Amino acid sequence: MKRRQSYEGVAVAVPITVPYVRYSTRTAHWFIGQAVEALVKASGVPKEQIDGLCLSSFSLVPDTAVGVTQHLGLSPRWLDHVPTGGASGVMCLRRAARAVQAGDADIVACVGADTNHVDSFRQTLGSFSNFARDASYPYGSGGPNSIFAFITANYMRSYGAKREDFGRIAVDQRTNALGNPHAMFKKPLTLDEYMAARPISDPIHLFDCVMPCAGAEAFLVMSEERARDLGLAHVVIRGAIERHNAFADDPVMVRGGWLVDRDDLYAQAGVQPAALDFVQTYDDYPVIVMMQFEDLGFCEKGEGSAFVQSHKMTFDGSFPNNTSGGQLSAGQAGAAGGFLGMVEAIRQLTDAAGPRTVPDAQLGLVAGFGMVTYDRCLCTGAVILGRSA
Amino acid sequence: MTMPLMRPKRKNPVLRTRQMNLPPWARGRVALGITASAAEGRFELQTCEDCGTVQYPPREACHKCLSPRLHWREQTGEGELISSTTLHHSNDLFFRERLPWRLGLVHLDAGPTLMVHLHGEVGDIPPARVRVGARLDRAGQAVLIGFPNEGSAHMADDKMLREMTSDPKFRKVLVTDGKTEVGQAIVRALVKAGADIVWVGHAEPWKKMGGLDDITALPQVTLVPLDLTNGRSVSELAGEIGGKVDIVINNAEVHRNFGIGARRGTDVAKAEMDINYFGLLRLAQEFGPALKGRSADGATGATAWVNLLSIYALSNFPPHGTFSASKAAAHSLAQCLRAEMRPAGIRVINLFPGPIDDEWNQHMPPPKLAAGALANAIVKALRDGVEDVYPGDVAQEWLERWRDNPKILERELAAGG
Amino acid sequence: MTTATEELMSTAEILGGLVSAMATGRIRVIDLTQTLTPEFPQIALPPEMGQCWPFRIEEVSKYDERGPGWYWNNFSCGEHTGTHFDAPIHWISGRDLPNNSVDTIPVQHFVAPACVIDCSSESAADDDYLLTVADIERYEARHGRIPKGAWALMRTDWSKRQDPEAYQNFDETGQHTPGPSTEAVRFLVEQRDVLGFGSEAIGTDAGQGYHLRPPYPCHYYMHGAGRYGLQCLCNLDLLPPAGAVLICPPLKIEKGSGSPLRVLALVGSGS
Repeated sequence: MKRRQSYEGVAVAVPITVPYVRYSTRTAHWFIGQAVEALVKASGVPKEQIDGLCLSSFSLVPDTAVGVTQHLGLSPRWLDHVPTGGASGVMCLRRAARAVQAGDADIVACVGADTNHVDSFRQTLGSFSNFARDASYPYGSGGPNSIFAFITANYMRSYGAKREDFGRIAVDQRTNALGNPHAMFKKPLTLDEYMAARPISDPIHLFDCVMPCAGAEAFLVMSEERARDLGLAHVVIRGAIERHNAFADDPVMVRGGWLVDRDDLYAQAGVQPAALDFVQTYDDYPVIVMMQFEDLGFCEKGEGSAFVQSHKMTFDGSFPNNTSGGQLSAGQAGAAGGFLGMVEAIRQLTDAAGPRTVPDAQLGLVAGFGMVTYDRCLCTGAVILGRSA
Repeated sequence: MTMPLMRPKRKNPVLRTRQMNLPPWARGRVALGITASAAEGRFELQTCEDCGTVQYPPREACHKCLSPRLHWREQTGEGELISSTTLHHSNDLFFRERLPWRLGLVHLDAGPTLMVHLHGEVGDIPPARVRVGARLDRAGQAVLIGFPNEGSAHMADDKMLREMTSDPKFRKVLVTDGKTEVGQAIVRALVKAGADIVWVGHAEPWKKMGGLDDITALPQVTLVPLDLTNGRSVSELAGEIGGKVDIVINNAEVHRNFGIGARRGTDVAKAEMDINYFGLLRLAQEFGPALKGRSADGATGATAWVNLLSIYALSNFPPHGTFSASKAAAHSLAQCLRAEMRPAGIRVINLFPGPIDDEWNQHMPPPKLAAGALANAIVKALRDGVEDVYPGDVAQEWLERWRDNPKILERELAAGG
Repeated sequence: MTTATEELMSTAEILGGLVSAMATGRIRVIDLTQTLTPEFPQIALPPEMGQCWPFRIEEVSKYDERGPGWYWNNFSCGEHTGTHFDAPIHWISGRDLPNNSVDTIPVQHFVAPACVIDCSSESAADDDYLLTVADIERYEARHGRIPKGAWALMRTDWSKRQDPEAYQNFDETGQHTPGPSTEAVRFLVEQRDVLGFGSEAIGTDAGQGYHLRPPYPCHYYMHGAGRYGLQCLCNLDLLPPAGAVLICPPLKIEKGSGSPLRVLALVGSGS
């Protein structure tokens, strides 16, 4: 197989979070506007010089990225709408990076944003995907909870995992969240509280589920040269993969698409998994976090339980995971959930992570996962970011 | 083991009657193929004609070889339950009102993985062998259900399964015409199936037909005056009992043996239309609203409307030409009724029998449908929750010919067979 | 009133006298008509035959969205529904007579004297009671000869049967209601030249009239002689045995064989 072109010369900078709120009467356009305004202010780049836009948002409908250009007065020469939810951070980054390398754009704004109205859930559910409409919604869970309950139950039965193991992930992420001023959850979580929480769709209980909210996450992609000229702290891309509809013949999800291309990812970066200083996994549910540990090479398939039992996943522990608290503790602002890990990784690698800084972090992995259809998610992706030289 | 359904307690009349919130009803066009076959009691999935792969969810191209030649085939539904969960929370109103609710993930032997509603008798610990079937839910759309391979005697009383069906047990039923043999057989079958009350309509009480006294003797039976040609008769009965009827079985019909030329004048055809078509219209206008208002009224609330149509509704049988036309009109109206009942989750069941073994089919050669067989088909349809029933050999055969090519059937019937 | 008395008064005085007698109540109007309702039974023939429509009525609007300021109905029925008039053209024996349909019958026939023959106790004892010539002779002995051109009304009190089942009185052998015998009909037509025959039951002939010879002799002979029929009458028990004047014009239906109608009787007070 032909080795892919590296991402050399690309810089990722200016991590922006538009603070999350549980409900908002504002539209997605407002949150996108706030993100772009913050990108402009934090970078010193005038709006007119942003000539590339890559967007992910569900609640933007019926608008797509195109509508946003007119709404915000942008005139980009490169545009992409990537409606893939939890994988959109990784996917936007890959596309924006190639555009910059090819000279199709100089400064690309990547934004993941969604609003959350009191009745948002009802409105988005009905039209999430054809297969979900035909083969999943009629079965009543009103969302992905029962799908991931199946996956979790099957994983537990297949590999002997216990709820306590998933609890460790949630508890350590909550500890991380306490150092994140943007996190929705502000109180610590104990394993007892996790275990005692009310069932949603067993074995999924309350603290296995993210809290939907409104907000945005964003960053800029440009050349390293441009970033240095602007005096912007930035990170570089050491490798990136994505894969869709992997392992379609697995009757139930036990592994994700990262497994297919992970060797290529580490080959691009020229490192082994042990070299990473932190991971930002996609945490729609703890079982998927555990699968990412396995499929991204930190342990063997089925050893996820043993792995979490033998590692501390706090920012200062032996295996920092979701150092912002992840979606489970920070909240899921729709498609912004796919950007949460990316923005946090940029902060960690530019000394902007405040009290939750991973000590001496040089290399981090951001994983993406998303687009639940009727029995699994279709999109996976992963990026390894490193400090600039 | 399923707990057998107990007779519900008397309703507290000062409490508001719970209304129906339908389960999610949106389905794409291709997915409606499952609904179409579930309406007749079959579980079908698409099979690729070129490589044999079974598809799920329904789609436009084979996911193995991209062929568009996907045809619906009946499935055994045999498979393995690989995971299960119990919903304790849902944002969907229908399910929210009915928690907890069991769901399962089944790997069919035929290949696809399906999300299903789980019958309570399917074991808790996967793997377990199950048999998947398709049923219409309260929105009238097909859902897949994981059944145990061996069910207990009371398995029909499963709380989830009862949401898909219209079992007459403990329910109150109106049979619109008790004067015919068919009507009396229906009454007896309902009583045997455990109906609490059967109101039996009869028109022109001064016209004596045999058999009415026998069924009046049954303790569940109450004779009520009902003349479907008289709007006031229908509205008065609806005022009296409409608020209690759970199932309407409209078996009233007028059947004569004329086409166009064999009898001058329109009065016979008008008599057929006045009951077969307008009777249905009057009945639906008067009994429909109360039926809809009680479709979520407890475990034995209002649930179904049954129309006795005829296989002649699909293609005119010229020797009984005006009768056929009246049944075709009734069929069309019954489809309208089905659409209007849908928001309330009331199942409209249409029966299309071939010739019934009665005086108006005296000259028809066998096989003819016995009144008892027709009555049993109605009770079975209620229990299975199907929508379109073609009872008997003639009905099945004509249906096959009609589906194969309706024009050819038209020619064959015009030639006398 | 004798012919001599009539000749002494002018027609204006006769009519004026009638009007003032009605105003003072010396002459009263009795309604002999059953109310037209969907529940009232109609004649039922074997199912192979064409049937008479029952009375059916449906609102057009009732001060509602279908018509805000008014109330009205559409109705349907047969010519022989409810209290109705039979014209000679109704029967095969009268089909070719002149002026034999409701629109061509001379209108003066619609106002005529009525003789009420009381068979109520006999009919109470026997649902199939047939009026005999002897009954007529007994009647005439007490109340005088039945005049030419008068209605012969058979009072049976059958109209007091409010329950449609009792009124129709069917069993497996058919209908059982009282009516005239063949001999009585022929007597009334040939010996007394009556205008027509009236009954309280569903037909002028007895319920088992099919089995008389000829079948349905009242229809056969009356209409065959150009005479008329009235059925489903009521309140005959309020009429004097003789002297009442019947007013019974049917609807003017082109070539009609009969029609539902309002049958009224003028009677003196104290009758």
